Amino acid sequence: MASPIAWRIATVGTIRDETPTVRSFTLGLPDWPGHRPGQHVDLRLTAEDGYSVERSYSIASEPERRGEIDLTVERIEDGEVSAFLHDVVEPGDRLEVRGPIGGYFVWEAPLGGPLLLVAGGSGVVPLMAILRHRRRTGSHVPTRLLSSSRHAEEIIYRDELDALAAAGDGLEVIHTLTRSQPTGWAGYARRIDDRMLAEVLEPLGVSARVYICGPTALVEVAANAMVRLGLPPDRVRTERFGPTGT
Amino acid sequence: MTERFVTRGFVGRRTQPGAGDVRDRIPPGQYLTTDFPVLSAGPTPRTPLDRWSFTIQGLVREPATWSWDQFMALENREWVVDISCVTKWTKLDMRWRGVSVDTLLERVELDPTAAFVVAYSDGGYTTNLPLGDVLNGQAFVAWEYDGKPLAPEHGGPARLVVPARYFWKSAKWVRGLRVQAEDEPGFWETLGYHNRGDQWLEERYSGD
Repeated sequence: MASPIAWRIATVGTIRDETPTVRSFTLGLPDWPGHRPGQHVDLRLTAEDGYSVERSYSIASEPERRGEIDLTVERIEDGEVSAFLHDVVEPGDRLEVRGPIGGYFVWEAPLGGPLLLVAGGSGVVPLMAILRHRRRTGSHVPTRLLSSSRHAEEIIYRDELDALAAAGDGLEVIHTLTRSQPTGWAGYARRIDDRMLAEVLEPLGVSARVYICGPTALVEVAANAMVRLGLPPDRVRTERFGPTGT
Repeated sequence: MTERFVTRGFVGRRTQPGAGDVRDRIPPGQYLTTDFPVLSAGPTPRTPLDRWSFTIQGLVREPATWSWDQFMALENREWVVDISCVTKWTKLDMRWRGVSVDTLLERVELDPTAAFVVAYSDGGYTTNLPLGDVLNGQAFVAWEYDGKPLAPEHGGPARLVVPARYFWKSAKWVRGLRVQAEDEPGFWETLGYHNRGDQWLEERYSGD
């Protein structure tokens, strides 16, 4: 029998604003056992009287960084945990986490590609761990990230994605903005649909490995499209969050 | 037991309804939701009903297979159950229509060595359960949720529902049960999740 995944006390390091509602937290974990890109942690908050809540958050950082991990958390309206992280937590605070968890929505360089990553909003977080890992390992696997955001100021990791794409190692980043676009916007300007996915997939071909993370509606559209475009379902990995809207 | 860790500044919203009987229905580490979140690995399979069947095979004297129409004709009933997903949400009083696994197993003769089942689904998903976890009204195969046909993203046309276990044991798009003498970990059970998944014991991950 495996031993339980232990709860660890992490020390909050840097806190960075990614967008007006998304913030990254570096958690110092000196004895962190390492993780695989795409995995998540459970985070537990406990009040004086023992009341506690738990949530799962994707790890944003690459495993090559030792002794700390980054979590990128969107502040959810009425979110008991995300609002606490955004409004109360400061550098030096201690937080309980355990992990890494999950062995399915994972990509590591030896798996190869080509690689198509599709993100809706904060669904980009586990995909960023993959991209950071890809960069750190010097992988040249042809990779395209299609990232959907509502407004330009809500694009998470925008500068870092630009820098990664500029490295000339086979990564292309494609954005779509669904609600508003700045003047002169050259990217897509609509919700992810079949035609967009066909265009983004085309240079990679149907041998691509596909990772899709985002709200359920987006994941359904994207995953169904991939199967219709001829990809074997077992090469299309998905991670869904949020309500169904029904 | 080490001293309990307290998170600085955390009070909690205590948004969970105040009534004790409701609070007592929320397993440890879970929060109450009124949505019906969707979590599954990979694309949603779509099998037309005229090509759908349900089979019980493995350690049985004769396998049993039902077409969709035959399955619909089985004795069924409404089930109102609380569901907990390992991703932390709990939803109360979910109303399903379906057939008890007991009813299905009545149609086969189990081998005396039968001790486990593996539920298998379109798309290749599997999950394992001890026979004792699916008998005596503990599990059913549902095709309606909240009075409507079960939507594909929720596992339609039919899914297994095992309310006393985390929801990954309630295999979506289920097509049959394989009866076995030996336990055989399924999809999530081989990817770090707990083999049994009892939400009241917080058996989330391997080793919990």
